[in-house]
Amino acid sequence: MATAAAVVVAQELEPEQASLWSDAWRRLKRNRLALVASVYLALLVVVALVALVWTPYRMSAIGLAPTYSGPSAAHLLGVDELGRDILSRLMVGAQISLVVGVGTQLLVLAVGVPLGLIAGYYKGYLDTVLSFLINVFYGIPDVLLAMILVFILGPSLTNIIVAIVATRWMDMARLMRGQALSLREREFVEAGRAAGAKPLKMLFGHILPNALGPIIVQATFGIPSAILFEAFLSFLGVGVQPPTPSWGSMANEGVQAIQYAPHMVLAPSVALSLTLMAFNFLGDGLRDALDPRSRR
Amino acid sequence: MAAPVLQVRNLRTQFKTDGGLVRAVDDVSFDLYPGESLGIVGESGSGKSITALSILRLVPEPGQIVSGEIKFRNQDLMTASDEEIREIRGRDIAMIFQDPQSSLNPVLKTGFQIGEAMTAHKKATRHEAVQRTIELLKRVRIPAPERRAKDFPHQLSGGMRQRAMIAMGLANSPSIIIADEPTTALDVTVQAQILELLGDLNRELGTAIIMITHNMGVVAGLCQRLIVMYAGQIVEQGPVDEIFASPQHPYTWSLLKSMPRVDAVRHDRLRSIEGIAPDLLRPPAGCRFHPRCPFRVEKCLTDQPPLMQVKPDQMSACWVTMDRAREEMGAEGLTDISPGAASGLQPGKIIP
Repeated sequence: MATAAAVVVAQELEPEQASLWSDAWRRLKRNRLALVASVYLALLVVVALVALVWTPYRMSAIGLAPTYSGPSAAHLLGVDELGRDILSRLMVGAQISLVVGVGTQLLVLAVGVPLGLIAGYYKGYLDTVLSFLINVFYGIPDVLLAMILVFILGPSLTNIIVAIVATRWMDMARLMRGQALSLREREFVEAGRAAGAKPLKMLFGHILPNALGPIIVQATFGIPSAILFEAFLSFLGVGVQPPTPSWGSMANEGVQAIQYAPHMVLAPSVALSLTLMAFNFLGDGLRDALDPRSRR
Repeated sequence: MAAPVLQVRNLRTQFKTDGGLVRAVDDVSFDLYPGESLGIVGESGSGKSITALSILRLVPEPGQIVSGEIKFRNQDLMTASDEEIREIRGRDIAMIFQDPQSSLNPVLKTGFQIGEAMTAHKKATRHEAVQRTIELLKRVRIPAPERRAKDFPHQLSGGMRQRAMIAMGLANSPSIIIADEPTTALDVTVQAQILELLGDLNRELGTAIIMITHNMGVVAGLCQRLIVMYAGQIVEQGPVDEIFASPQHPYTWSLLKSMPRVDAVRHDRLRSIEGIAPDLLRPPAGCRFHPRCPFRVEKCLTDQPPLMQVKPDQMSACWVTMDRAREEMGAEGLTDISPGAASGLQPGKIIP
């Protein structure tokens, strides 16, 4: 009796049109942690957008309260060494972090995916050259490369993104290359060639869609790593330049005053940690959701 | 007789492997006439699939077509540019693969993939393609074609997937369809339906079919002419009826002996062919079938027999031929068909 009921319920739950994406969405919804992370990230995006037009105080206004004063009703997260409102600066910092994280990954996708796709599909000479390049770039210390690039190009937000991309594109290219290498041997690729599909169509219309799952996961994991890298560069003083606040530079300023104003380092650090965790949980959830082997 | 739509002359396709040179297709020649249905039969590794892939210049690495001539109508496919051969694939010569499960892209909707076969050759606009896709699905007898077109491949059954593949093959009304074991991955009732469908399309649309299979039964039901391949070479060629009535090559004869027939007058014991297909890295000297042949004579061990005219329409590559084997060695009454058993040349031994 109970099993009969269970069968009926199972049939009702089964969607009529089950595609890879609707399946993945269903599994993602079951993952609480990933769901909470998505909500947090959605809120973060809203906060960053709101900061475009409104912050409690102007983020560069100084002397709003006695310097180093802690949280109060007027300044929820306190003020910093110049008497600037930390919450306002944190909100603007969220913009920087999101732009750097997402912008970097978009560029990494734009560089890594076509390169990996072409190298993996055509193999041979092109692949040898790309693999060599990847290994060379892995060999260069990333902080050093990024710092040199920022010194040469100048420390603007765009240049920081470019510098991070220069140290991070290899993961995506290598992933895409591996995917293309394995997918090109699949029979549907041969069938596509036998049907006279153009090479570009083959690459972007048939092979790429089959690799989207791992690519999305990789990009999601790449975002926090880029945010952290930017914060690290800003902490070292080669990132976003004052007065524009970055969570990294705010933490750097806070560290100087850690003994008498710990809120200054805590606020950006907690924001950073939560955001990194959220992206990682979401990436984890996506990985499970998009993995066809975990299909239930 | 009309001019052949496809001419293959002295095709040689080889694989350079670490172990040496594999002559997968060794001097194969045949013609295909418009509207004809030609069967190519052989066991695994006999070169039948590579022959088909060679026609479309799709031989996988490290394979290479080393010589030969392939003419589609008046166009030489061997010297055609990459762009020219790409246009011919799918538009003039379509191919249907063995496993419909993996021949469709799993992340794209079935109808979209069929439509793409048309738009790839500018045979139709996106919009026309959608219309024609539904017609094609109807044509290959897929029920509720509008709904099935929106399904993903994994939502279709195996038989339906193969029908969808056939629909895709038909998309541009090609002159030739090459079907590489299209029924192997399907269960028997579905196999029969697919074969019937291919037969109907062959008759109704006049599409020439090259049917590649290891199954003599498939050939009997569908094909008019038959090519039997063994170890990369054609050993027998002719009309299906004549070959079934009187096979001239001992390999063909043994194949037919090993096949159960529902229409047999007298039920003989099924005979299996002893030994295994030769290693193409080191093919046997002389006739490649001699290690397993019950009718071998001395000459078979050293001289390779060419494909010779044995009947008005029938060709066979054998020094003995079954007519002689029947008269002199009593082939039909034979109970023992182990190597050399009938001719008495080292009976029972598989001579390399």
